[in-house]
Amino acid sequence: MPFAHKAGRVLAAALTTSALIALAACSSGTTAPTSGGGGGSGTAAAEDWSAKGPINYVQGKDTSGYIQSVIDKWNAQYPDQKVNLIELSDNADQQRQSMINNAQTKGGSNYDVLSVDVVWTAEFAANGMLAELPKDQLNLDGFLPAAVDASTYFNKLYAMPSTSDGALLYYRKDLLTAAGIDKPPTTWDEMVTDCKAVQAKNSGIDCYGGQFQKYEGLTCNITEWVNSAGTTFLSSDGKPQVNTPEAMKGVNTLVSWFKDGTIPKAATTWQEEQSRQAFQDGKLVFLRNWPYVYSLANKTDGSSKVAGKFGVAPIPGLTGPGVSTLGGHNMGISEFSKNKGTALAFIKWWNSEENQKANLQKTSNAPTIVSLYSDPELTKQFAYLPTLYDSIKNAQGRPKVVNYGDATLAIQDAAYSAIQYGVNGGTGTDPQAAFDTLQTKLTSIING
Amino acid sequence: MAQIAAPVAAPKRRKNLLSDGQGTLAGILLSPTLLVLLVVVGIPIIMSVRESFFAIPSGVDENGRRFTEEKFVGFYNFTSIFANPEMVNAVWGPMNRLVNAFINTSVFTIVCVSLETVLGVAMALIMARAFRGRGLIRAAILVPWAIPTIVSAMMWKLIFDSAGVANKILGQTVLWLGDGPQSQWAVIIADVWKTAPFIGLLALAGLQTISTDVYEAARVDGANAWQQFTRITLPLVKPALVVAVLFRTLDTLRMFDLPYGLIGPNKYSVETMSMFAYQEARNLRYGPAAAYSIILFLYLVVIAYAFVALLGADVIGDDELKAVSAQRKRQRALNKAQRRSGGPGAATRPPKVRTTITSGESPT
Repeated sequence: MPFAHKAGRVLAAALTTSALIALAACSSGTTAPTSGGGGGSGTAAAEDWSAKGPINYVQGKDTSGYIQSVIDKWNAQYPDQKVNLIELSDNADQQRQSMINNAQTKGGSNYDVLSVDVVWTAEFAANGMLAELPKDQLNLDGFLPAAVDASTYFNKLYAMPSTSDGALLYYRKDLLTAAGIDKPPTTWDEMVTDCKAVQAKNSGIDCYGGQFQKYEGLTCNITEWVNSAGTTFLSSDGKPQVNTPEAMKGVNTLVSWFKDGTIPKAATTWQEEQSRQAFQDGKLVFLRNWPYVYSLANKTDGSSKVAGKFGVAPIPGLTGPGVSTLGGHNMGISEFSKNKGTALAFIKWWNSEENQKANLQKTSNAPTIVSLYSDPELTKQFAYLPTLYDSIKNAQGRPKVVNYGDATLAIQDAAYSAIQYGVNGGTGTDPQAAFDTLQTKLTSIING
Repeated sequence: MAQIAAPVAAPKRRKNLLSDGQGTLAGILLSPTLLVLLVVVGIPIIMSVRESFFAIPSGVDENGRRFTEEKFVGFYNFTSIFANPEMVNAVWGPMNRLVNAFINTSVFTIVCVSLETVLGVAMALIMARAFRGRGLIRAAILVPWAIPTIVSAMMWKLIFDSAGVANKILGQTVLWLGDGPQSQWAVIIADVWKTAPFIGLLALAGLQTISTDVYEAARVDGANAWQQFTRITLPLVKPALVVAVLFRTLDTLRMFDLPYGLIGPNKYSVETMSMFAYQEARNLRYGPAAAYSIILFLYLVVIAYAFVALLGADVIGDDELKAVSAQRKRQRALNKAQRRSGGPGAATRPPKVRTTITSGESPT
């Protein structure tokens, strides 16, 4: 009996200690979703688009401080339908998590208008978080077709495109000119030739940099390599075709560039900012990055060594200009919003030509209305705008799947393992094998 | 352990010999704490266990809507770990993602806690010395422990950047923040840096209870420094050290924020059990996430049990209980002696002695 007692106490001690300590680990699994509302039960209920009243607009952290001033304008105009800004984290993952958590409280949800990353649209729509928008009340003529497509799920419109994003090739104009090259490369082969010419005069400079750390940016980069090789990552009916000989041409070029040092192996740890830093420090001839780099790399306060020395061009491809991955945000309306009428009017007003123009001028977010890309006032302020339009008008979206988290991880797994194969000089998993696995995984993820 | 007095005082016999008759009062006083524990620990654990038996069917309906009703699936979330394994290829070769995470977790724990114990004891020995500037050294050693983990993760991220200080010092480009054995070392270095002071602090508390007389006697007997350390310091500091190591072990087994912040999610070479469970929950698969958490929880229970039972870690202040029970034994012996001698207490039960032992004398 004394032994039993001791054993009991010992077990009690072990249980309490580990219970307390495991709590943090367990709590991630405790938020039980009961139902997302309407899901799996056939057609969605008809929405009431006439309800008016105060609403909340939810987006990531506004670092420009400009958003509130736009909302103030709306509030002055419609004092009985005030819009309140809710700022979430500046981290995209956490924004997504907050929006999902909020929707799971359904009746308690106080989010009305959501600023949704293009890749979340399918997932949010499938989980019944977004209301289907009335196409007849929204005029999307003149919007970027790729952006409109990214707002559509199962042929229904779930969001209005509000900002867009596409890849640009930043190149060292000064170095190319010094090497006797008068225009940026349009193909991968040209790029390598140009690099060799520049490197002959400037030792120690690396050729090309992008975002090859294992994260969402890698998905954007690898889809560009496949899409720029003369094929598409997904077929027109949404089926993956990532291990075809055409797709592998893109992948293998990337791998060979890591192998021969055209891309420095440090790039496997680069996200946007690290690659921008490398370019600004004058360590790269070419950089693939988003438009936000333009003004930062042109800063003359000493933070950039390449200010005024670079140009932008569409990213190169196998036989001609490459195909960018589409980025940006859409504005959707929460299924649980009580004032959908106001919400709808607000997103129409927010994404009007006038507001998109002002938004670009203040926050550098690229617009979704095509005509703005050739607006003389804007092109004067943002010299890269016509180039960006060339990039965005052909841009391809990432897979529109419900389990986007699984899809992007499968893509990152395959891409990262292929890159490692190049970095390690041809040891490890063969890129073809990695992309065969990806083909199988993506097929099953897309089919649900 | 039948009491002789039992037939005499038959009506009410205390079941628990440790109880000193103040159980009700103790219950009342403890109830707020127990209530809080029930709400913040008990209920979440029960909900987690419940959740681990549920899952949402995958796939979408004809409108592209995801099924949202949870279904009871029994042990499916557990059995599918091996029935439908998600294969990954990290440092330990191609294997099940959960097994990979399990190995990572265990390896991190063994390596980190070993290094931290050695360094922590060394720090404690330094801090225990009386010398000029001791306060400054103590503060300096404790600073890493005071920094929030995620902040230190960000700090080490800068250090381990491909163009960072670590590579500058080493003079080569090690891709710490990639995904491979070097990333594991980055996590281990950062973790040891951060938590060795914790072990140091608890070991220091243990060291300070050792009387200097013992060392003096040892010196008189001709013991050298090493003998003093292994024969006096270590055995006497062991009770405190075992508790510190237990806490660190359990803490490291559920490690999340450091590898997540430093190396990033979905990097299989540093993915721990909690990270995998979190990643599953992020992908809205709460059932499997809960199942993995339960597995981690059971793993923690086993380790904690091993520590308490095998190493005698004294986490619940057993000394106090021992003292109470010793006092009771003395009381019984006294009663017995009194009855045998036919003294005044033989006919009636002696008055109850209420013991109150404060923890002031307890070493821990």
